[in-house]
Amino acid sequence: MQAFTSHHGLVVPLDRANVDTDAIIPKQFLKSIKRAGFGPNLFDEWRYLDHGEPGMDPASRQPNPEFVLNFPRYQGASILLARDNFGCGSSREHAPWALEDYGIRAIIAPSFADIFYNNCFKNGILPIVLDAGVVDRLFRECEAAEGYRLAIDLAAQTVTTPAGEVLAFEVDAGRKHRLINGLDDIGLTLLQSDKIKAYEERRKIEAPWLFV
Amino acid sequence: MPGQTLFQKLWDAHVVHVEPDGTSLLYIDRHLVHEVTSPQAFEGLKLAHRTPRRVDAAVAVPDHNVPTTDRSQGIADPVSRLQVETLDANCAEFGIREFKMNDVRQGIVHVIGPEEGLTLPGMTVVCGDSHTSTHGAFGALAFGIGTSEVEHVLATQCLWQKPSKTMLVKVEGQLGRGVTAKDVALAVIGRIGTAGGTGYALEFGGSAIRGLSMEGRMTLCNMAIEAGARAGMVAVDETTIEYVRGRPFSPVGEAWDKAVAWWKTLHSDADAVFDQVVELDAAAIEPQVTWGTSPEMVTTVHGRVPDPAAAPSEVKRHDWTRALDYMGLAAGTPIERIAIDKVFIGSCTNSRIEDLREAAAVVRGRKKSASVKLAMVVPGSGLVKQQAEAEGLDKVFLEAGFEWREPGCSMCLAMNADRLEPGERCASTSNRNFEGRQGQGGRTHLVSPAMAAAAGIAGHFVDVRHF
Repeated sequence: MQAFTSHHGLVVPLDRANVDTDAIIPKQFLKSIKRAGFGPNLFDEWRYLDHGEPGMDPASRQPNPEFVLNFPRYQGASILLARDNFGCGSSREHAPWALEDYGIRAIIAPSFADIFYNNCFKNGILPIVLDAGVVDRLFRECEAAEGYRLAIDLAAQTVTTPAGEVLAFEVDAGRKHRLINGLDDIGLTLLQSDKIKAYEERRKIEAPWLFV
Repeated sequence: MPGQTLFQKLWDAHVVHVEPDGTSLLYIDRHLVHEVTSPQAFEGLKLAHRTPRRVDAAVAVPDHNVPTTDRSQGIADPVSRLQVETLDANCAEFGIREFKMNDVRQGIVHVIGPEEGLTLPGMTVVCGDSHTSTHGAFGALAFGIGTSEVEHVLATQCLWQKPSKTMLVKVEGQLGRGVTAKDVALAVIGRIGTAGGTGYALEFGGSAIRGLSMEGRMTLCNMAIEAGARAGMVAVDETTIEYVRGRPFSPVGEAWDKAVAWWKTLHSDADAVFDQVVELDAAAIEPQVTWGTSPEMVTTVHGRVPDPAAAPSEVKRHDWTRALDYMGLAAGTPIERIAIDKVFIGSCTNSRIEDLREAAAVVRGRKKSASVKLAMVVPGSGLVKQQAEAEGLDKVFLEAGFEWREPGCSMCLAMNADRLEPGERCASTSNRNFEGRQGQGGRTHLVSPAMAAAAGIAGHFVDVRHF
């Protein structure tokens, strides 16, 4: 997994609440058996005027000029500014895969849906929760100033605005450690193999019907 | 010390190891696998030269991509076909039990788990699918996971988790005639919102919940995720135990007795303390219909499409305006005046035998409205289909002009060929009314099976209680 330590990048504001994972990556692209290549279809139904299907050449598509990701000023954005309950709905990890493949490294919102939030950490994306009022202000600043960039420092747990304002955020210590070091969860869990084995031996006696 | 909640009991029974910050390694008893969220997990496993820790704990089924029409020719779409073939190949390679597309036991993963007795009380159940919350109906801790976690469970049989907060959703009293578990679920979401349950495990309790069948409890727990909660659950009682008894993978003999003795302890203690309690009066719940693009955008069948000007906040006003625009609805329109183009009866929410019986009871002896282009009934599994046919329900639907299909996820998310065309409006028994969910530009109204069936006959929403 790609590690995340710090990041300084262009911000794109997506001013909608309850953005669901069906919107982030529509179902037809979930038929892929690969983990990469979802970026061109991120927000497909909002981003293009024509209907997208797997295998289409993105260059042949008709971009929707009214969708914020298509605005010239937001090209190259790597930080997504979002509203409440971002990533609700389906558990599809294709959503963070699409965001990551597009180039998004961090998402700032007042709240996230649980499964999506968890999936981000498995893919080197940092989801940052900030107070709704602060997020509202970032939206206004971002829309007012072209080239609006934020600096994120995961070790210090801060977001710094262009004016130098420092905003602190919370993150679970275990997740932070794994993200900063780009650690493989499975490798870490296997260090507990003896405990897993002991648990299984105990449960085979307590609840034998679970092992058939 | 106060008593324990059901969640705490289930959690404690599965903790393998606890880190100093409270993050716990939780043991997983049952891993349900389907074709969409597993290929990359199996690939990851192979790249790291790992093998599944316990193949007996996993069971797989293709459901999202399968056609609901004639399957003798296989799957027409080559991309869908490859995904199902990849599941077949991975299961064969690792020795994982799979109910293949043409097996009569094939069906929606959240229907077949309970049907086969693969979902049992007291289990931890996971699946790369958010509607895994369904299985909590059995007094199990069940939640959806992403593909990285699918790989993690295959490799280690465990997951890293932090305990959720707990919320009791208490529904007391008697549900009115024609009011179902689906209406309760939508009423709860209407009350707490789609993010109201974020960070919580929901327990549904109260006399109205105890009065529900297992099918109804599954419908309710299924929709917990639409309230933002990864897990929903109902305490074990006699209804639970009777449902589980005699299923193909249920324990028998001495193991059954031992299991039942434990299962009977799986309820929140009388003095358990929840982080939050929400109470609803069962008798006050009316048939629900969603009008927007989020399940919380819901009202009763006698309600009207709301006016964004009356929205409680600026953000909501913006959302409601967008939703009405997408849905092609004017503020103030009575719900009963909304005409529909299609009916979908199915999905992991509402495709079990009881759902089909309720829908069939409404359409019996009537005809689909001429203005409705398509009304389709998609049973949740091959065995549900078989049971329905034994009861003659297929004939009831066919005589009314409804289509009777093969089992799968179908038009709940439209990954197969079943979908809405742009602008089409659907009365759907599924769980999500998101933009594009049932097909790009499609407009979804979530309702109960009886309400969907009645809309198919009338051509617009009607109160099934007076129909």
